[in-house]
Amino acid sequence: MKIVVILRQVLDLVEPLEIVDSETSLDYDGATFVVNESDDHALEQALLLKEADEADITALGFDFGEIDNTLYAAAAKGADRVVKIPFDGDTPPSSLSVAAMLAEVIGPIEPDVVLVGCQAHDELDGALGPLLAARMGRPYVGVTRGVEVGDATGTLRVYKEFPGAVKARIAVTLPAVLGVLAAEKPPRYVPVSRIRAAMKSATLEEVETGSAALEPGFVVRRMYHPEATGHAEMLEGSEEDVAARIVEILAEKGVAS
Amino acid sequence: MSQQDVFVLTETAGDALAEITLELLGAARAMADATGGEVIALALGPAAAAQSDAMKGADRVIAVNDPALDQYAPAESLAVLESLIKENTPRAVLIGSTSSGIDLAPALASRLGSPIVSGCVKVNVVDGALTATTSFCAGKMLADVEIPGSPAVLVMLPGACAAAERDGAPQVEMRDNPAPVAEKRVVFEQMIYPEAGDVDITKEEVLIGIGRGIEQEDNMEVVEELARSLGGQLCASRPIVDQGWLPTTRQVGKSGMTVKPKCYFALGMSGAPEHVEGMKDSHVIIAVNTDASAPIFEIAHYGVVADLLDLVPAITEAIREKTAC
Repeated sequence: MKIVVILRQVLDLVEPLEIVDSETSLDYDGATFVVNESDDHALEQALLLKEADEADITALGFDFGEIDNTLYAAAAKGADRVVKIPFDGDTPPSSLSVAAMLAEVIGPIEPDVVLVGCQAHDELDGALGPLLAARMGRPYVGVTRGVEVGDATGTLRVYKEFPGAVKARIAVTLPAVLGVLAAEKPPRYVPVSRIRAAMKSATLEEVETGSAALEPGFVVRRMYHPEATGHAEMLEGSEEDVAARIVEILAEKGVAS
Repeated sequence: MSQQDVFVLTETAGDALAEITLELLGAARAMADATGGEVIALALGPAAAAQSDAMKGADRVIAVNDPALDQYAPAESLAVLESLIKENTPRAVLIGSTSSGIDLAPALASRLGSPIVSGCVKVNVVDGALTATTSFCAGKMLADVEIPGSPAVLVMLPGACAAAERDGAPQVEMRDNPAPVAEKRVVFEQMIYPEAGDVDITKEEVLIGIGRGIEQEDNMEVVEELARSLGGQLCASRPIVDQGWLPTTRQVGKSGMTVKPKCYFALGMSGAPEHVEGMKDSHVIIAVNTDASAPIFEIAHYGVVADLLDLVPAITEAIREKTAC
């Protein structure tokens, strides 16, 4: 089975988020990036499929943030090929643009399945997975929490999550695009030493695209931090003082006597 | 019908309309009142059609009576939506940010060549201009956007809008499937419900909610002690469940359970909209987070800026001391 996994870099939300002076974009200059969490799960899902049934994995990302490290980490985990799409914008491209770039690069690879995180916290113009699937003319199932090789040749058995810890079992005929929420297992840890080894042994390919940037169908008028409409009563003091006050609150609310 | 109409894709939950559908109808009603158009609810499949009378705020319901649409059927649903929308060319289509909605909406926008805005918490029509406010970066950022093109596909976050107050059942138009799909490449097989045996967190009075601030599995002992001291149960946001530290039956939020306990401790949780959706109606929320600007403090009743690993043992000890008296 040929698998393509999409890996993206997103802002690390642990760090403060800054806005440019025009108030129409986040400020990415000097920002800290992390791999998009559900993309990391998509890679893990690909590795699990490879372990269950022979597979060839291509990890693919566009050059934004610290994508090289993410792609080398993918190689260290078991991706057979790592590919970067050059991109020189100061802000991440729209989901529409990313879908166009990826479709162009993925086409010649002719994968059986494309795995991508079902969401990223900076997607204002729709999730990438369904946009990519639509552009490639392939079926899409997102919010998956498990993918297995299907009983019939050329199929996958996909578990899609719904509220209430309910899952739908779905048979998907390949080729297809899947939006991964979570793999069956947490993303595997790879030590830095193995990533460094991959930097020496793996070839990070670059594939240019001719896709023009596509603007989303809206105009950002203003970007801002939300103003709190309400706020908790903040408890301050030593840990013992705060703990004592919480015990009082629980008693007042009838939670503990 | 006119190009000022607002369409709503309805969803059911069990034998009733999903709460998000009522919210979408409320938002659509306000928009249509501003555009002078109608609110038209789209009910795909007999199960949704059976709820037509409950679609308050809609002027009309277009119900497609095809059982193939009752279960998750993305290609079939897309074909029907594309057909109905192209036939009627509304100003906007409102879709819930749900498990099905976030799959369908971008694909629909792609087919229609329409603009799409994710994570909407507000939609407005002012002097004919359609605007939306979208929430992103896990609720830490907002953006006001203007959407000139139509029909705009707007993906609305649950809990953002009030249900419509308008009484009276809408007019219902039953249709045969206008765009049946012959080739089925995505086939729903069955629903898998959680195995009985674990506690039902929706029935618990005290829940200890755990987020990323717990840092590692070895630290779970700290919060288990607090749960024992209060006779409560542990639950978590999705990242903790993804790690396998708690089962999916303990997940609170958009893709997990919706809980309303007497007391909810939100420990090391940032307050991402996906989680807040499942616990915001708890009677008392006590949040502990090292980040004073964490959105969780906006919905909590009491907050502490602290490392949960330092504070929680002190709370457990204080409860035990009180109980021993």
